Amino acid sequence: MAAVTVKRLWKEYGPQVVLENLNLEIAHGEFVTIVGASGCGKTTFLRLLLGVEKPTRGELLLDGKPVPAEPGPERGIVFQRYSLFPHLTVTENLLLGLEFAGSRFLGRLFGARRRVATEKANQLLDSIGLYAARDKYPSQLSGGMQQRLSIAQSVICEPRILLLDEPFGALDPGITADMHEIILRLWALNRMTIFMITHDLKESFQLGTRLLVFDKRRHDPQAPEAYGATVTYDLPLKGRDILPVGQASA
Amino acid sequence: MPRLINLHPNRGGAVVLAALPFLLLIFAYLLGSNARLAANPDDKLLPAFSTIASTMHTYAFEEDKRSGEVLLWLDTWASLQRILIALGISAAIGLAVGLAIGAIPYVRALAAPFVAAVSMIPPLAILPVLFIVLGLGEVAKIVLIVIGVAPVITRDVALRASELPTEQLIKAQTLGASSWLLSSRVILPQLWPRLIDAVRLQLGCAWLFLIAAEAIASTEGLGYRIFLVRRYLAMDVILPYVVWITLLAFLMDWLLRVARRRWFPWAEVAR
Repeated sequence: MAAVTVKRLWKEYGPQVVLENLNLEIAHGEFVTIVGASGCGKTTFLRLLLGVEKPTRGELLLDGKPVPAEPGPERGIVFQRYSLFPHLTVTENLLLGLEFAGSRFLGRLFGARRRVATEKANQLLDSIGLYAARDKYPSQLSGGMQQRLSIAQSVICEPRILLLDEPFGALDPGITADMHEIILRLWALNRMTIFMITHDLKESFQLGTRLLVFDKRRHDPQAPEAYGATVTYDLPLKGRDILPVGQASA
Repeated sequence: MPRLINLHPNRGGAVVLAALPFLLLIFAYLLGSNARLAANPDDKLLPAFSTIASTMHTYAFEEDKRSGEVLLWLDTWASLQRILIALGISAAIGLAVGLAIGAIPYVRALAAPFVAAVSMIPPLAILPVLFIVLGLGEVAKIVLIVIGVAPVITRDVALRASELPTEQLIKAQTLGASSWLLSSRVILPQLWPRLIDAVRLQLGCAWLFLIAAEAIASTEGLGYRIFLVRRYLAMDVILPYVVWITLLAFLMDWLLRVARRRWFPWAEVAR
């Protein structure tokens, strides 16, 4: 069964059509990159997957079931900014998801369970090069470090789907290579389906196993809001396999 | 010649500049006091520093003949007790209600307009109501301060809660946070520094309400004393009492600032 199924999906805000007649089947373990002009509904599509927006018409299914109406741990998200918790240190930020899952009332782990969780967090921190900064607060980190931590924070909860909304858009071009290496490694390791919005075409070809281009097919200059965007190009990218999770889609 | 806005005093210079207005004020007082006392040795309006010192010595170190208490400490303790209890209650209300308003849309719809309306009530206008309903004891004075201060703190805390980026709240949900965990582990901890700031900004108001309440119905307290000795034009008591109150308020402000830096270092680096 496909990880994500989109059937004749429309999203409208009053008279403004944002997405029209979207149809997609995304297999488990795909790394889907999404490009398109500003205002073409890319972020709206991500918000629909996240559950903070509802489709106006049509169906949006995760593993064959409708997307829950609110965000949940099976769908991780990394925004361009503001997705870290400023009052927690790097380690505490990373532990948070584990503590939420392990302690429904206090949201804190103690004793042996905390040691196990901290061990897991430290390994992840080490693999993304943040171990030395583990006691710092987010505001003391560079932009690249913050985004690495934000990705790790989602990945540690082992979501089935990871949503990335221009995660590297605000970073120096020089450090994106590192970020690409890290995201590919975490993707391979955790066997999740990734949707990533980017403005960088090169990035979208480099990272993705499948590239979606969002654009408007029709345009009325007198009523620019009358037509919405849809997927105009849906390119399977050769040369990259969805190997790590190929089994999961069977 | 650099622009004025680009000239910064060095450390020593800043200290001298900060002290200057205080020294000028003292100097002006001395001039005025000397001139008046030269014209009339019995003048009570601007007593000499020596008179103030001897009066305060009596107030701070000698037992009052009538009550057997040392008045300055009796008054200070009574006032501090009232204001600290009132500020504690106000902060607790502000934090709890502010968090609920900020975090839960239904509570916001229910309570935000009400709190906004209550915060507009001039507390001194309902002081008579408090005295009638609650009597002339401690409760009425504390309630006056709470009514004056808590709604403002609540609104400030709620405002801070609503300022938290939506991204953060969505992220926490994708990490599996329930409403309770989101409130207790993500929103609440980020409200503490703002709560301290809100209390600091309300210190002046709290003292104002305290002194007003003490002036009307009390048997001890800094405000009570000032209004009591007013009848005798005892400026040698009033002036040092005012300085003492100012010092206490300043000290409370300073302690809160230190606590904020000490307990919430992340809120400092975020600036």
